[in-house]
Amino acid sequence: MIEAVGLTKRYGAKTAVYNLSFQVRPGTVTGFLGPNGSGKSTTMRMILGLDQPTSGHVTIGGHPYRKLPNAPRQVGALLDAKAVHGGRSARSHLLSLAQLAGIPARRVDEVLGVVGLQSVAKRRSKGFSLGMGQRLGIAAALLGDPQVLLFDEPVNGLDPEGILWVRNLMKALAAEGRTVFVSSHLMSEMALTADHLIVIGRGQLMADMSVKQFISANSADFARVRTPDTEPTQREKLVTVLAEAGGQVLSEPDGALRITGLPLPRISDLAHGADVRLWELSPHQASLEEAYMRLTQGAVDYRSTDDRKAGLMQQQPPGYLPPQPQPVVPEVPQQGWYAPPPPGQNPYAGGQGPYAGAPAPQPPAGPPSATAPGAPVSGGPAPVPGPAVPADAPPVPQAPPAAAPADLSKNEDPR
Amino acid sequence: MASATAVLRSEWTKIRTVSSTVWTLASALLVTVGVSAGLCALSNATFDDLPEPERLTFDPVLISFAGLTLGQLAMVVFGVLVVGTEYSSGMIRSSLAAVPRRASFLFSKIAVAGALAFVVGLATSFLSFFLGQALLGEHSTSIGEENVLRAVVGGGLYMGLIALFSMGVTAMLRSTVLSLGILVPFFFLVSQILAAVPKAKEVARYFPDQAGSKILQTVPNAMNSDPAPYGPWAGLGIMVLWVAAALLGGYLVLNKRDA
Repeated sequence: MIEAVGLTKRYGAKTAVYNLSFQVRPGTVTGFLGPNGSGKSTTMRMILGLDQPTSGHVTIGGHPYRKLPNAPRQVGALLDAKAVHGGRSARSHLLSLAQLAGIPARRVDEVLGVVGLQSVAKRRSKGFSLGMGQRLGIAAALLGDPQVLLFDEPVNGLDPEGILWVRNLMKALAAEGRTVFVSSHLMSEMALTADHLIVIGRGQLMADMSVKQFISANSADFARVRTPDTEPTQREKLVTVLAEAGGQVLSEPDGALRITGLPLPRISDLAHGADVRLWELSPHQASLEEAYMRLTQGAVDYRSTDDRKAGLMQQQPPGYLPPQPQPVVPEVPQQGWYAPPPPGQNPYAGGQGPYAGAPAPQPPAGPPSATAPGAPVSGGPAPVPGPAVPADAPPVPQAPPAAAPADLSKNEDPR
Repeated sequence: MASATAVLRSEWTKIRTVSSTVWTLASALLVTVGVSAGLCALSNATFDDLPEPERLTFDPVLISFAGLTLGQLAMVVFGVLVVGTEYSSGMIRSSLAAVPRRASFLFSKIAVAGALAFVVGLATSFLSFFLGQALLGEHSTSIGEENVLRAVVGGGLYMGLIALFSMGVTAMLRSTVLSLGILVPFFFLVSQILAAVPKAKEVARYFPDQAGSKILQTVPNAMNSDPAPYGPWAGLGIMVLWVAAALLGGYLVLNKRDA
């Protein structure tokens, strides 16, 4: 159990961490999230007694780290994978750490096996790749078979197999009743690994709750509603009714409506009461990443700006036509990309009304179902795909099922 | 809390598993012995051409340590690297996470590296002495003569103390490059030059290397050198004070600053 109380760290005039209080409990994987420079690593260093807090304190199992009896047997940490003397072999590095805690050399070979580095154990760590360095760091953390484990960005530089391994390792360690505290930037990874989240921004606590709670508290789950394209009056009618009932209605570029603040059955009832037919009524839940972005957007210190490539852009040879976004393209892929094609126009759905409620048509063919369920997931809050990647746009219409182009060209006719 | 022997063993593992240890210590020995032997042979060959005062105060022991001026630089590099690579590699964070008590970490490291430097220093100094005497021919002396053993053992102590001083300074500066950039020019140039400038030498004779190297002389004011207001052991004592100050400073910095 790690407990921080009123932890504050100032470097000169800059406050890296301010009044941070949290608990990391045993038996779960606790994720530690925050934008770059938000104080994650500083907090980790203070937990390990490497940095002295300006005020407040942090304890592990009730003791401050520097007073912990035989610390390496109780706490294992991966702070910086490259924090290894490059001229020393992996095995010697681990051996020197093991000797500090009175851990037998046998254990060194054991953890080298666990992280899969036996074959390079005698090699100097200078030549290690980032992923190998990361594995060596994890081996060092596991050496003392500790009850408390801290990992700062453990999956940096690992291959997919390594990421999966780390994920399972974290879960297994937590399942054994250990305290596992992991920082990461990879939201998708955290969503899969962590049970509990501690989120900080600009050094202050922003959230301390379970992953599920975090997502529902910080994301707007919404319903997507589609009315028949052929009858714009129905759409306007529905917008009025929903707004009167207290829902917030946003219009999506392809004509669908995004509704927040009303449960799905209520939307259905209202539409029914207003005598509006619905072609689609589907629930959408935001991902952890979206929830995180919403929460931390005000606390980001380092934000990228557009690259204007001042004067550096190469002149294209005469006669070369840059890939112009063709005027029709942005609209079409958006429809294919964002949401399942409106059931009425989906040849597989057969234009049947009853399918309207089910967002993903269930055709027997593989490709359409592969694109359709994928769409709501990638269809985040912002309608980015079309304009953001004009160069990629042309292939997109081709990506949907072979039948789609015919369908899409049909789509243009009524408009 | 990691026990003292555990920390010592760990530091020994660290020191013997990097090749820089072997390289720096080997070059300290070879450079000192080699240059000293060369100068001994040269002095023997050209003894009669030496100026009168130098001939009268000729010190066969001191001349057999002539290579120390250069060889001590390798000792400086050894001392700097032992402490400095912890910082430059970031290993210091792993080390301090494992040994939360700063004092036991730093002084174990210094004890192991210092002991090694003393052993190599003594080997260097005895080798240098015997080879030098063999080459000096009729001008040589023997280990049994008055003050000679003191000078030869003192040579080993001097080299060890130079390494310890470098470790202390590096612990204060927390950087390999910075420490080398300050210590090497200081010992190789600044101290030597100031010791030759009339007014400055009043101060320079209290520098660690100038004071400590008095232990190498067996003849007062040997080889026309600067007469010092302290004896050989007092000189070494001054050097020990410098070393103690550097190590204390290093400890205070390590204890105070964030790793």
